[in-house]
Amino acid sequence: MCLGIPGQIIAIVDAQEQAGLVNVSGVKREVNLACVAPEDGDWNVLVGRWTLVHVGFAMSLIDEEEAQRTLEILAELGELQEELAAMTNTDTGQVSP
Amino acid sequence: MKFVDEFRDPEMAKNALDRIHALVKEIPKAQQQPLQIMEVCGGHTHSIFRYGLEELLPKEIELVHGPGCPVCVLPMGRVDDCVAIAEQPDVIFTTFGDAMRVPGSKKSLQDAKAAGCDVRMVYSPMDALNIARQHPDKRVVFFGLGFETTMPSTALTIKQAEKEGIENFYLFCNHVTIIPTIKAILDSPDMYIDGFLGPGHVSMVIGEAPYRFIAASYQRPLIIAGFEPLDVLQSLVMLLEQLRDGKAEIENQYKRIVPDGGNHAALKAVGEIFELREFFEWRGLGSIDHSGVQIKAAYARFDAEREFALPNVNIADPKSCQCGEVLKGVIKPWQCKVFGKQCTPETPLGALMVSTEGACSAYYSYGKINHQQLDR
Repeated sequence: MCLGIPGQIIAIVDAQEQAGLVNVSGVKREVNLACVAPEDGDWNVLVGRWTLVHVGFAMSLIDEEEAQRTLEILAELGELQEELAAMTNTDTGQVSP
Repeated sequence: MKFVDEFRDPEMAKNALDRIHALVKEIPKAQQQPLQIMEVCGGHTHSIFRYGLEELLPKEIELVHGPGCPVCVLPMGRVDDCVAIAEQPDVIFTTFGDAMRVPGSKKSLQDAKAAGCDVRMVYSPMDALNIARQHPDKRVVFFGLGFETTMPSTALTIKQAEKEGIENFYLFCNHVTIIPTIKAILDSPDMYIDGFLGPGHVSMVIGEAPYRFIAASYQRPLIIAGFEPLDVLQSLVMLLEQLRDGKAEIENQYKRIVPDGGNHAALKAVGEIFELREFFEWRGLGSIDHSGVQIKAAYARFDAEREFALPNVNIADPKSCQCGEVLKGVIKPWQCKVFGKQCTPETPLGALMVSTEGACSAYYSYGKINHQQLDR
């Protein structure tokens, strides 16, 4: 929850809603971009950038090297798998476990 | 130094450790008693245990594991409040996975789910809002947890709910704020901290300025630190240099993530939705003035505390459970009477054993659990 996870912004889904698509280690997920909004309002400059994602919100822009290092350390801490599982397994209530 | 080759850059790690060992010799106070250095953030605690950093440090340094694990500082009564909300017939209760297994006085959220309540794990508050969109006939409650790192995400979710006019979404707000918490630690007669490793991602949101009182009024240094083991070691070098020189300053080792001014958009959202509570109850630390936030009156219709009758009872921890003393650094995890016996990550009695960021869970998973120690 607090360490966050790096991902690459691959598309702007809806500039009005400040929503983008982020690829986190192969898992694609919609993420809110309000906290990394470009000052000039041109959302497309974010496509291709790496970002640190906390609970579905892009909280800062980082460089690719930092992203890779962070992914490695999260894997070593055992947090990477946990975070990816949480991202994909939000319980929609369809199946009761 | 057997662990050093595990580091990404063993040479740099060794240099930092050599510096640390040399610096403590130059600090007179450290020759009388170990320096008490607190890492405020649970992420640091996790990293310190995972990489066995304590064993690499000289005996002149004692790391005190601070209260920066939001799940670990939840009092039992708060979990009871969650269960009371979840037990309402028309409610879907949503929470981060970390909070599912924290024991309440009678049950955890996981127990409530097993007993038939609709409790769902979500990754993001936006997922909880999505559930509210899909189930207009239910009241959907999100359990908002965390320091300033996650506070903006909850604030932005409330703003989104307002914008869309969603009427069945509620926040049970348990967000906490770092500055009053550090102040309470500094004011506590039980503990003396010589310096702090400051939280990285909280600082990414709030920036450097809010910490300045620690240096100005309390004459203690704080280094905003990254989470890699090398970050922690380099931050310790910076902290020890200050202690050697008799300085007390706020420094930022994690500049690659933490801008001096924090994140303006995030702070703006937080300021729009939340205001400080008069006081907030913490496990182990008791009530701390202004340490929690609540929803502002303008957004009151999203406030679960107004919508639901909560038991809101203070429940003391079980007598056998010493989370409070561990949180304050009075005892080490393994010195707790139930550590590794009745209390394990599989069957946690206390919150510090639930979260991977809790000192007990981290120590249990990575520390050397010596049965002779446990039998003492």
